[in-house]
Amino acid sequence: MLEIVIFSTLNGVLYGMLLFMLASGLTLVFSMMGVLNFAHASFYMLGAYFGFEISRHFGFWPGFVLAPLLVGGIGVLVERFGLRRLHRLGHVSELLFTFGLAFVIEEVVQMIWGKLPVDYQTPPSLDFVAFRLFDTTYPAYRMFMLITAVAMFATLLLVLTKTRVGLIIQAALTHPDMVAMLGHDVPRLFMVVFGAGAALAGLAGVIAGPALVTQPSMAALLGPILFVVIVVGGLGSLTGAFVASLLIGIVQTFAVAMNFSLSGLFGPVAPPLLGDLWQVTVAQLAPILPYLLLVTMLIFRPTGLIGKRES
Amino acid sequence: MTPFVRFLWPWLALAIVFAGVPQIFSSGSALTMMSVMGEMIIFALSFNMLLGQTGLLSFGHAVYFGLGGFVAIHAMNALIHAKAGVPIVVMPLVGGAAGLAFGLLFGFISTKRAGLVFSMISLGLGELVSSSSFVLRSFFGGEEGITTNRTKLAPFFGHRFGSQIEVYYLVAVWCFLCIAAMYALTRTPFGRMCNAVRENGERVEYVGYSAQTIRFIAFSFASFFAGIAGGLTAINFEIMNSQQLGAQQSALVLLMSYIGGVGYFAGPIVGAIVITFLQISLSDVTDVWQLYLGLLFIGFVLFAPGGIVGWLMLHRDAMLKRGLWGLAPAYAMVAPALAASFIGAVMLIELAERELALARSEGSAMRLFGFAVDAASLAPWSIALILFCGGVGATWLLWPRVTDAWDAVNVRLTARTQAWASPSR
Repeated sequence: MLEIVIFSTLNGVLYGMLLFMLASGLTLVFSMMGVLNFAHASFYMLGAYFGFEISRHFGFWPGFVLAPLLVGGIGVLVERFGLRRLHRLGHVSELLFTFGLAFVIEEVVQMIWGKLPVDYQTPPSLDFVAFRLFDTTYPAYRMFMLITAVAMFATLLLVLTKTRVGLIIQAALTHPDMVAMLGHDVPRLFMVVFGAGAALAGLAGVIAGPALVTQPSMAALLGPILFVVIVVGGLGSLTGAFVASLLIGIVQTFAVAMNFSLSGLFGPVAPPLLGDLWQVTVAQLAPILPYLLLVTMLIFRPTGLIGKRES
Repeated sequence: MTPFVRFLWPWLALAIVFAGVPQIFSSGSALTMMSVMGEMIIFALSFNMLLGQTGLLSFGHAVYFGLGGFVAIHAMNALIHAKAGVPIVVMPLVGGAAGLAFGLLFGFISTKRAGLVFSMISLGLGELVSSSSFVLRSFFGGEEGITTNRTKLAPFFGHRFGSQIEVYYLVAVWCFLCIAAMYALTRTPFGRMCNAVRENGERVEYVGYSAQTIRFIAFSFASFFAGIAGGLTAINFEIMNSQQLGAQQSALVLLMSYIGGVGYFAGPIVGAIVITFLQISLSDVTDVWQLYLGLLFIGFVLFAPGGIVGWLMLHRDAMLKRGLWGLAPAYAMVAPALAASFIGAVMLIELAERELALARSEGSAMRLFGFAVDAASLAPWSIALILFCGGVGATWLLWPRVTDAWDAVNVRLTARTQAWASPSR
């Protein structure tokens, strides 16, 4: 039992940190530009596929560095030639544009790499057991993922709070006009932040690709959960996104490890009234839990955990 | 023309079209396609009650479509089992009632917020229902779905709805009724308040209405009509599966409505017809029609946010002011460039698809626009690239002429209105 708790906590934190790598970029872009980027999870998928393609030819580590840069470059192009010209048409147009983009990226990925999952393997240098606890092993690659995610989190925090660029970004979140008056190129700042967010998503994809499954539906599977994270955390709040990421990561990982069902709880006397509902185990419910959390949150606290912004 | 005749003739024309098209397109596949079009028209119009009329962008509208269909199909199976004398013609209403019930339930949660948050909630609820469909297998039927047999229901004046033409007329009658009902709804004070909520929710509150209540009512109506469309789909295909309420279906109705044009009542109707036609005919021609659909959608978002109908209405205004001929030379210049870039893009996509996805299993030889080409050779690629880049470049160079021509038209329009409004007249 103890090992389940320990390993589920580790995996939950890991999954939560991965979610936050995506949610942080999404939140930053949203608070700055008011754009909810539907294609953010698609950048994550592109990162995984680019990493896979580069690792096939040059090995894992070049992919680890190059793939996020490539994805960031694509993000910059999307902002410069797509979103910027739509800005005057309002946020719905921008949202629809990124929605169409997500649709197209999924089709293109399917066309290039096929509909089946690709064989993106963990690098040999990280393919060993990190530690062993009560007969259960924990792979080193997962530790590497965790370390990368935490390092990225620390870097983001440092850049945002301690550097000049970070301060300008923070100022542009709330007072973009004032920042422009002071002589900073705000559109370019938007472009850089959008590109950096895309690169972060790409990095998450590169490190998650070998551990999870690299397949064309990975964006469509993760995207909605990402939106749950930022709505539950409170739109526009980085802290909220962090808490919600960890919450959802841990809840979902623990649910997968649990095998209870209502019929197991009440025994064979369970009334046949609800049919399937009695047989469903908690593990089967795991994919639904984030959405249930979203609904509960909206009923009791519509602004999210740490949200003030009304849109 | 008296006002009454002017009010009546479009509806009469619509009814004649609905009644007459099976005489022109009478093949089985055409009838199936037109039945699907009818269902999609209702579905897209119900979606546009939210997006176009009330300003609510929903990413989970297929939930009400799908749940309506599932409840209708279960009701049909129950009626067959009970040998009850209820004819099939009322089954769409069962779907509508189910859509309404779920719309009331989920709408209560999701219409608390407007704008982007509403969109996110609708997405979350859509995922909630579609991922539940894999857990609750006895209701959703798991992978294979739920089937029924529509001919086993009680006959309606001797019709058992075994043939497609009977189904088409059933769809057509319901489609006509729904179009009329939804149009009527836009003319009521409630419909006007929906538009007010879309324009400025805060002002609506100042006038004394509750924007949240109006959103909730609009959402319920939209779910009701989506349920009717789902019920008709269940009757038409005699099967419902969880794909019908998933993200793909929600995306499809969004694409249809937007490409048709969300700013006009007729927009989603046109969009549903065009996209259904493309969907069915293109999927025979190419494997990547979804990619074309996505690119088409992005193209409309970037360059023609008014959709097909919005674009046509722009030209109708120009025509009424006799400005249409002024546009013709500019259009004639841009058209070949646009056509070249379009053909080049299609060639590139098809070549890439052949080379990347199919070459290993089926070889690189293919037919492109009727020519036999080898996707592994350089020639077709270079032709495609030249066409695409040349076309895009020429369009970019020539486009100012089109904007100039439109400016001239607009100047004419404003000059005329000013002359009319000036006091010296």
